[in-house]
Amino acid sequence: MNPFSAGTRLRDMIRAIRACKTAAEERAVVRKECASIRAAISEDDPDYRHRNLAKLMFIHMLGYPTHFGQMECLKLIASPGFPEKRIGYLGLMLLLDERQEVLMLVTNSIKQDLNQTNQYIVGLALCALGNICSAEMARDLAPEVERLLQFRDPNVRKKAALCTIRIIKKVPDLAENFINPAAALLKEKHHGVLLTGVQLCTEICKVSTEALEHLRKKCIIGLVKVLRDLTNSPYAPEYDISGIADPFLHIRLLRLFHVLGQGDADASDTMSDILAQVATKTETNKNAGNAILYECVATILSVEDNSGLRVLAVNILGRFLSSRDNNIRYVALNMLMRAIALDSQAVQRHRATILECVKDPDASIRKRALELVYLLVNESNVKPLTKELVDYLEVSDPEFKGDLTAKICSIVEKFSPEKIWYIDQMVKVLSQAGNYVKDEVWHALIIVITNAPNLHGYTVRALYKAVQTAGGQETLVRVAVWCIGEYGEMLVGNSGMLDVEERINVTEADAVDVIETGIRCHSSDLTTRAMCLIALLKLSSRYPSCTKRINDIILQQKGSLVLELQQRAIEFNSIIERHEKIRSALVERMPVLDEATYSGRRAGSMPAAVSTSQGALPKMPNGVAKPASAALVDLLDLSSDADQAPSSSGGDYLQDLLGVDLSPASQGINQTEKRGADVLLDLLSIGAPPAQSSSSMLDMLSSGQDNKSALGMFDNLASPSAPSAQASSPVASSSMMDLLDGFGPSPSVPVAETNGPTYPSIVAFESSSLKITYKFSKEPENPQTTIIEAEFVNKSPDIYSNFVFQAAVPKFLQLHMDPASGNTLPASGNGSITQKLRVSNSQHGKKYLVMRMRISYKANDKDVLEEGQVNNFPRGL
Amino acid sequence: MIRFIILQNRQGKTRLAKYYVPLEESEKHKVEYEVHRLVVNRDPKFTNFVEFRNHKVIYRRYAGLFFSLCVDITDNELAYLESIHLFVEILDHFFSNVCELDLVFNFHKVYLILDEFILAGELQETSKKAIIERMGELEKQE
Repeated sequence: MNPFSAGTRLRDMIRAIRACKTAAEERAVVRKECASIRAAISEDDPDYRHRNLAKLMFIHMLGYPTHFGQMECLKLIASPGFPEKRIGYLGLMLLLDERQEVLMLVTNSIKQDLNQTNQYIVGLALCALGNICSAEMARDLAPEVERLLQFRDPNVRKKAALCTIRIIKKVPDLAENFINPAAALLKEKHHGVLLTGVQLCTEICKVSTEALEHLRKKCIIGLVKVLRDLTNSPYAPEYDISGIADPFLHIRLLRLFHVLGQGDADASDTMSDILAQVATKTETNKNAGNAILYECVATILSVEDNSGLRVLAVNILGRFLSSRDNNIRYVALNMLMRAIALDSQAVQRHRATILECVKDPDASIRKRALELVYLLVNESNVKPLTKELVDYLEVSDPEFKGDLTAKICSIVEKFSPEKIWYIDQMVKVLSQAGNYVKDEVWHALIIVITNAPNLHGYTVRALYKAVQTAGGQETLVRVAVWCIGEYGEMLVGNSGMLDVEERINVTEADAVDVIETGIRCHSSDLTTRAMCLIALLKLSSRYPSCTKRINDIILQQKGSLVLELQQRAIEFNSIIERHEKIRSALVERMPVLDEATYSGRRAGSMPAAVSTSQGALPKMPNGVAKPASAALVDLLDLSSDADQAPSSSGGDYLQDLLGVDLSPASQGINQTEKRGADVLLDLLSIGAPPAQSSSSMLDMLSSGQDNKSALGMFDNLASPSAPSAQASSPVASSSMMDLLDGFGPSPSVPVAETNGPTYPSIVAFESSSLKITYKFSKEPENPQTTIIEAEFVNKSPDIYSNFVFQAAVPKFLQLHMDPASGNTLPASGNGSITQKLRVSNSQHGKKYLVMRMRISYKANDKDVLEEGQVNNFPRGL
Repeated sequence: MIRFIILQNRQGKTRLAKYYVPLEESEKHKVEYEVHRLVVNRDPKFTNFVEFRNHKVIYRRYAGLFFSLCVDITDNELAYLESIHLFVEILDHFFSNVCELDLVFNFHKVYLILDEFILAGELQETSKKAIIERMGELEKQE
């Protein structure tokens, strides 16, 4: 026989395909077959249609497209003979689904087949209908199916029942017609029909409340009898599975009881006996029995309250938990989560077993058990439970540690009875699994520590001890370093000892050792090292004898390739060497961080944490002064604060900084005490979109100090020698930018408005001889482009000629300058030159404007060159 | 309700796939690929149930074939595990010690058996004897 002709037998084609060694070979064979099949289809050859469709189905199963065969299915279904119809319907179910239009064409054929007397053909049609009918077909053919529910042959009846399920799912309105026939099926003796009848009733009750009522009133007693007979029935070989007669029917009946009993006390009463009987009498050594018990428990837990049954159910679940079969335990844990909502007392009794499951080798069981334990925790059992969990943390798998740590931290945070226990547990967790602890968690820990002044000494000593043994856990090191920095003198002096503590001997050198290790360790990341540096600064004030050593350590970081560390090292070194007088004030004890506001902030709201700080404000080191920013530096130089508005408290310093007439455009300042706090708020969040501000806040906190970053901000201002750093700066500098931008807009601008369409003007540059002001506007359709009107004012008594203004911007900005209004600047502010600049920000929203300027002019026959940088552009440009 | 039933060998070749919910061809392939990946790497000590999208897959391995059943989240897993076993027993009886090759060459018969066992995503008949008898009758019609 010619291979690959229409006459090829199915078996031969399959063999040929399987003999192919490569995918390409297989594709070639399939292509040839498809070609011959297509040829046969176009010839409309009836002989081999049957065989060809079978071949096509196989090809479809391999994954190749076979749409051209769809019409063949229809033709085969329309043929009179059973074999053709069979293949036709099979092809139909495989190659088509309800969403295809072609399916409608089959409706008539199916209708005819449903009306035949040959029960096998009727069966085929019902099968196809039940598997893939669409809503229209369902509506058309529902009457036929209804009639067939009473057909003489049980096979047809059961297929019709399942087909009805699909019909009422597709067209719920039709459900009413089927209520009575469905109820009638419940009286059947044939298991298959009974099974499908029960399933149909379950579905109908879900869809139609009328059906639910009807069945509740009329059928429950009958159903109870059926289940009882089934449970008590003798050995039935046909339906026996593992010694139980037809467990599937058991389960389906229980599911129907679930639906009928839920929310109805009478129905629940009627069925409580049989539920108790099933729950107690069913064998549990095989899966079939367990499946029945599982369904029974599910039903008990959802019908109306019957405490005796509930206890029974939870006990069954407890037994399941101790089973060796993983499937059973998994299923029990699942169901217990439901049970806990109803009766948590009962579940508490099984706490020990559940805890064992947390340690199971199977990952899905561990996960479920952990979730369950989390639900079980309450104030009375939190201590022993946490102890168990923390003990397990030591030996758990790395993949599981993350989950476990998160849950432990969450439990400890929610339920800790006293602070000291909380701190203890957290220290343990950090020692075991510090690297898995999330940032919010250890931030919260620090907040709690600051709020417990009587525990400061205890905490720092505990952390010191922990770090000796578990120095590899980065988060532990961070928290320890912060505490040692803050409470260093308590560590060495053993102050604030509690009764439970032993005396330890820690010298100043030991403490500094810890921090030095933190810096030197290869695996420490940027945050840890940065925190170490600031801790060292604090210690240099608290341990005066170690100052030289600390200074040396800091000096080593001066050459760090990381900008943040280099910057800090330089600044701190500068403080230690040149500003001893103010150093101790600088690094005073951190104020208590307000827990309530902190947790509010975690929810994304305003950062008020720093607003409560009062002595921690930076007194600026007047490090490197650059003439271009002289005005700003003046501002920052507190020795001349007499020039500013009178102030006494630290809060007012910042207030002054923001409120002073830095630019003529800024409004009058009427600071009150409250203002200080508001302005402080503004300082921290002004000009930034809310997400930015909270992240900059977080960074500020994670670098451990708000005074530090404020410090960094100001010093950076004084040494703008790395302009490119501004554009793509590490986070501390961007928080610096946030703070700086607070200078531009007036403090009366509420936070929410800083992104509004009008931008306040700024003083871009001011020296003793020249002042440049920028006014901003934006084109409405083009938010990326800003139009700047620059105004140059001559402050000196000389006239400037050949006045040229040049500007440069980083790569992500584009600058376009219009010609200036003139190039002679009259003296003493008697006139001004204006020039229009247009800046386009390709990273609008992500990066902010900066600009370097160079001004050259001739005064008194001398060429003068002034340079400066503009950092204080308002946000949103 | 059963959403689909898939038989795959260890290499991921689908030997039988019956869907009781409508899916595009490409979606079907994706589903088969994902289910295979989920199921083939699981340790035999682990449970036979995996979460899959918003549903559950209940699977069991018989020799080189994975029988996977995707059901709704609220369904009774242990019961479906039993039904998989029943189906395998029926196949075993029908083909007399069934092996994968039997399923490949007689795929249309396997579909026929499946259609007698499950319809519209629900169990149709729980008696092995009844199904085998019915298959005999159907063969006679051919």
